[in-house]
Amino acid sequence: MINNKIHEPLFHLTKRTTGGSKRAWALRAIAFAVSVLVCGIVTIIIVAVNNEQLSQAGRYFEEYSFEQYFLDFGEGVFGSPRTIWNLFQETAILLIIALAVTPCFKMKFWNIGGEGQVLMGGLGAAIVIRFMMGKGYSDGLIIFLSLLLAIGLGVAWAVVPALFKAKWNTNETLLTLMMNYIAVCLVSFFVAKNPTAGSNTIFFDKGGTIPPIGPQEFVGKEFVLFIIAAAVITTIMAIYLKYSKHGYEVAVVGESPNTAKYVGINTKAVIIRTLVLCGVLCGITGFLLVSAKDFSLREDTVGGRGFTGVLISWLGQFNPIFMVVTSFLVVFIQRGSAKVATYQAFGTSYPSVMAGIFFFFIIAVEFFVNYKFVFREDIQAKIDAFNEKVKLTLSKNKKVEEAPPVVHIQAGEEQKEEPAQDVVEEPASVEESVKEEK
Amino acid sequence: MLVTLLSRAIRIAAAFLYGSTGETIIEKSGHLNLGIPGIMCFGAVGGCIGADMAQKGGAGAFGIIVATIFFAMLFAGAMGLLYGFFTISLRCNQNVTGLTITTFGAGVLGFWRKNLLNIVVSDEGTITFKAASDFIKAPMFGAVGDDWFSKIFLSHGTLVYLAIIIAIVVAIVLKKTRTGLSLNAIGENPAAADAAGIKVIKYKYISCVLGAAIAGIGGAFCLLDLQSGSTEYPIEAIGWLAVALVIFSLWRPGIGILGSFVFGLLYVMPNYINGIGTEYKKILEIIPYAVTALVLIVISFFNKRETQPPTALGVPYFREDR
Repeated sequence: MINNKIHEPLFHLTKRTTGGSKRAWALRAIAFAVSVLVCGIVTIIIVAVNNEQLSQAGRYFEEYSFEQYFLDFGEGVFGSPRTIWNLFQETAILLIIALAVTPCFKMKFWNIGGEGQVLMGGLGAAIVIRFMMGKGYSDGLIIFLSLLLAIGLGVAWAVVPALFKAKWNTNETLLTLMMNYIAVCLVSFFVAKNPTAGSNTIFFDKGGTIPPIGPQEFVGKEFVLFIIAAAVITTIMAIYLKYSKHGYEVAVVGESPNTAKYVGINTKAVIIRTLVLCGVLCGITGFLLVSAKDFSLREDTVGGRGFTGVLISWLGQFNPIFMVVTSFLVVFIQRGSAKVATYQAFGTSYPSVMAGIFFFFIIAVEFFVNYKFVFREDIQAKIDAFNEKVKLTLSKNKKVEEAPPVVHIQAGEEQKEEPAQDVVEEPASVEESVKEEK
Repeated sequence: MLVTLLSRAIRIAAAFLYGSTGETIIEKSGHLNLGIPGIMCFGAVGGCIGADMAQKGGAGAFGIIVATIFFAMLFAGAMGLLYGFFTISLRCNQNVTGLTITTFGAGVLGFWRKNLLNIVVSDEGTITFKAASDFIKAPMFGAVGDDWFSKIFLSHGTLVYLAIIIAIVVAIVLKKTRTGLSLNAIGENPAAADAAGIKVIKYKYISCVLGAAIAGIGGAFCLLDLQSGSTEYPIEAIGWLAVALVIFSLWRPGIGILGSFVFGLLYVMPNYINGIGTEYKKILEIIPYAVTALVLIVISFFNKRETQPPTALGVPYFREDR
């Protein structure tokens, strides 16, 4: 029986140890579907409210239906071959950034400076292109050097917080955040110092940048490089994290710093090494953004992708293969919403709102994947069942135990012999078995 | 010119101060809320809606200011509650939730502004809350004198002084009262605080909501006072600087008052320096961030207990994990 004086909460939570990945993936799929649906409902409501006000003002308005919403959404994602290639390119960019920060997170090094590291990579590429173009250097050399400087600056931006974290345990979350803004300021300085056509963007001519890959009529020629790069980096990162000694060390440092210390892993070296790797990948991304996608540099060349990469990495559970899926879904939502926004004149912020709704759902579902509720009634039922069982066993035992005294008092010699016989039999049987063994 | 510079710096400082006071309360409970920029955006939306409603309802200056504050706190507090629900009850990662809220909040502010433009016909091609803003910007102490003292210190709207009052009150509560000490204990070691009978979950929720609500007033202040009711410019950068200011002020709202003034000065100074090109002004914009990074490094270098972040900052607390 429960002691009534102890307050038992209505429910408590326990970590799910069973249930398997099938249930988890089903839950995540449901969350994704629901988030898309909620995005649609929110949009329909907004349009309806707008229309209400417009009709009161006597102005023109158009009805918007659910089907139309999904048609527009689908057009944004799969509208034309070019749209689809674009979708894959964006997925690839986000994926590389997410892959870059993943080893850091596995190590519980909260690097939210992907934004700044990628931007510095872009700045590195831009500096080389700006100062070497049109001065008689070969295109190959310019591309090579811009990649090199991009990686160099990316690594510099990643390794500074790592050094301070390793040496003095400086809070890396806040330091990387600050360095993002320093990177933005440096880029806007560089752009302001070298203006092209009075805008706050530097544009580059073809030549020092990467030419399209493949024949003229191939639709994906501008995009395919990103997809190849992402595929290669994903494969390498998956192997690196799962099968290499480095990957194992990263996991140990993240799971338990003390274990790492006792087995003789040099934690400081691991932190610095991992952040150098992160910087290299971010630098490559910055280089690709500047010299293979935008052919320009602005303050918001990265455009929040560094932060989105953090979310993708976490939602993909730091698993490179899962991250392919999550980054695709994020781009799916962004692209689809962007098209809806174009048709409804919602502006450029609308996709961020929808992406926010999507993230909220996907984050929240992890709770239901990892934990389960145990309700008071369930506990009571379990306790009752247990008590029942105990009673049953006790009563059985009682019959056996209480038999002899009962016999003593009530019955005669006959019944008393039975237990006695049992006792005698046992040693006999033991003796027999011993004999048999011999 | 020095007078205008100082006056302008104090005004901008108030925006930083709201954000950093709110974030300090949240961080003291062991939650690193990177959603402050998004929460300030929400506060801005709420503040504008409130001010607009009050003004159209024929309220006076006092009514408009109260409505602005109330709606800013309501909207931002709702986001704080969402953040709290995700990180405290659903046990999600704090950084991930915070970044999502920032994405979402900035998106909502931008979308709200664009959508208003779709409905309301505006001659200037932009929506402003100028009429309401005039009430909020009006000097609190009536007409401003011509001397430097009243120009610097007495020429501001009510919300500037409110920011300082809130910061002082929060500083006293955190330092001197039982509630503040309990909150400190939760940030340092939630398990020990729980064992001592402090209601950890309740404290965490209250500090998440209250901190967000205070930061939200800052967002409303940005739009209605600093930008004179214009919805043109994003306010995220101010939000991130507010997060930086928490570190700069070593988790003390009292120091935050001075720190916010320093940040405000650094923020507006490039506009008041003549004789250099715009590109070098961009370099000067680095200073607040660089100084904050430096402070962060220096405090970790000295490693004194009093200047450290709350020990359990960013570490989730679940009673069942014990």
